[in-house]
Amino acid sequence: MATAQMTAGNFAPGVSYPRAAGGAAIARVSGVSKSYGSVQALREVNFTINAGEVVALLGPNGAGKSTLVRLLLGLASPTQGRVAVFGRDPKDPGSRVRVGAMLQVGGIPATMLVREHIDLFSSYYPCPLPMADVVAVAGLQGIEKRQYGDLSGGQKQRVLFALALCGDPDLLFLDEPTVGLDVEARRGFWEQIRKLVARGKTVLLTTHYLEEADALADRVVVINKGSIVAEGTPESIKANTAGKKIRCVTQLSLASIERMAGVVSARFDREAVEIQTSTAEATLRELLASDPGLFGLEVSNAGIEEAFLALTK
Amino acid sequence: MSSSVAVASAKWSRPLLKTVEIYWKESKYEFLKRWRMPVYSLSVILFPAMFYTLFGLVLNRDLSGGHREAATYLLATMGCYGVIGVALFGFGVGVATERGQGWLEVKRASPMPIPAYFTGRVMMCLVFSFLVFLTLFTLGTLFGGVRLAPLQLLGLMATLVLGSTPFCAFGLVIGYFTKPNSAPSVVNMLYLPLSFLSGLWMPIGVLPNFLQRLALALPPYHLGQLALHMVGMESRGDIHTHINVLIGFTLICLGVAVLGFRRDEGKLYG
Repeated sequence: MATAQMTAGNFAPGVSYPRAAGGAAIARVSGVSKSYGSVQALREVNFTINAGEVVALLGPNGAGKSTLVRLLLGLASPTQGRVAVFGRDPKDPGSRVRVGAMLQVGGIPATMLVREHIDLFSSYYPCPLPMADVVAVAGLQGIEKRQYGDLSGGQKQRVLFALALCGDPDLLFLDEPTVGLDVEARRGFWEQIRKLVARGKTVLLTTHYLEEADALADRVVVINKGSIVAEGTPESIKANTAGKKIRCVTQLSLASIERMAGVVSARFDREAVEIQTSTAEATLRELLASDPGLFGLEVSNAGIEEAFLALTK
Repeated sequence: MSSSVAVASAKWSRPLLKTVEIYWKESKYEFLKRWRMPVYSLSVILFPAMFYTLFGLVLNRDLSGGHREAATYLLATMGCYGVIGVALFGFGVGVATERGQGWLEVKRASPMPIPAYFTGRVMMCLVFSFLVFLTLFTLGTLFGGVRLAPLQLLGLMATLVLGSTPFCAFGLVIGYFTKPNSAPSVVNMLYLPLSFLSGLWMPIGVLPNFLQRLALALPPYHLGQLALHMVGMESRGDIHTHINVLIGFTLICLGVAVLGFRRDEGKLYG
């Protein structure tokens, strides 16, 4: 693609952006609180997005994810603190021309053609991608001349994705991009997001699908009740929070296993027992000593799902 | 993270030609979008045409046995009825729907200049208003013996086309203060009674006295009298008063709509 930028941080001619490990900070949220009337949606949040990374924002409903995205998009103002995107107020058109957003919408004008939607949105940006590129990247070949209202759910989602990327932005916000898609469509979508990242785009993604954060993100930020409760690579989040998962076939009762050192929980899974533990070594020593006939032993990192549940409990 | 935030350079601005392109495309696509919605494009043009044919060309006969006077009178007032519908359904229902669906928010998050969104919708209303005028004028000339001098024709056209703008502003208020599901019924509940009480369906003098006094407070009454004045029919009041009332009404509506626009920012989301 002719206008694609291949390196992170290389955003505009004549302006230099400092680069650090993982790229320069291109968006920063400092000491931000946001309340709606008596409801406090965010408390003292500090958060940075670096050039070239994929950040996943995870949290249950009402945790403040969407509020954070709305502040970063300049759709709302913080009650306290400061939000900067590309060093500017996110409401400033100078930062908006470098940002693309895919938000959750109930519907978009149904009687406009796919091509017309892209043409209109492209006109808002100074250096939009050529129409053919947008159509190719978003996978809209063959449906450009159809009315939006006649498309399937997955196709509609891809049109919204096309509108987020048509301006060739450096930073993309994807708010629950694969909600309502089937497994195959979701995996196809992940491929499209990976292609964007390969071209040096920075992505902030909010999602309910923990698997999605695990598959796409360099960094996961877990948010709950308006505060950031954990931050790190998907691996470090899993390692630091929920410990290990032990799986084995044993004659011991669940009650006796639950009394062992480090055990958080134990349950039957078909013929085997699945044990969550904070200190795998201590639990294993006790397990092997109590049941010499134990077999089928497996020890693994807990899934991000368990990590997430432990963090937001 | 120890990296620093990139420092912004000077204030960003868009070249004039790009801005013009955005306004043009917003208007063009808004029109196409509406044109392809038969529920809108057919009803805002065909309903006034149907009522005009019925009351102006078929039922009301002049003393001479012709239709000319009634056809001219109702060309002016039914024209007002038509363009008010264009604005209330286009703006009121349109904005309420796009706000409710979150589409307006996607637009607000984009680098689109906000005025372009509203300008596009006003332009769409102006074009549809012109189509309403053209349809009624053609019917009246062909079948009602309506004969207008060139200045009268221009005056009526300008009144009807520009006369839709105060109701665009009113529609904006409806769009910002109703839910998408209730917007069409709110518009319907206001549209017909307002038109009737403002003397757009039958001459205002036919209504009881207290309703005639009430009409002075209704903006469509002033638009109707202005249109009647333009075609040389007997009209009430002073045209400057009518114009001032319509301008004042527009400004008040815009002020209220701005409150709604600001309120959207504080809306609660998970």
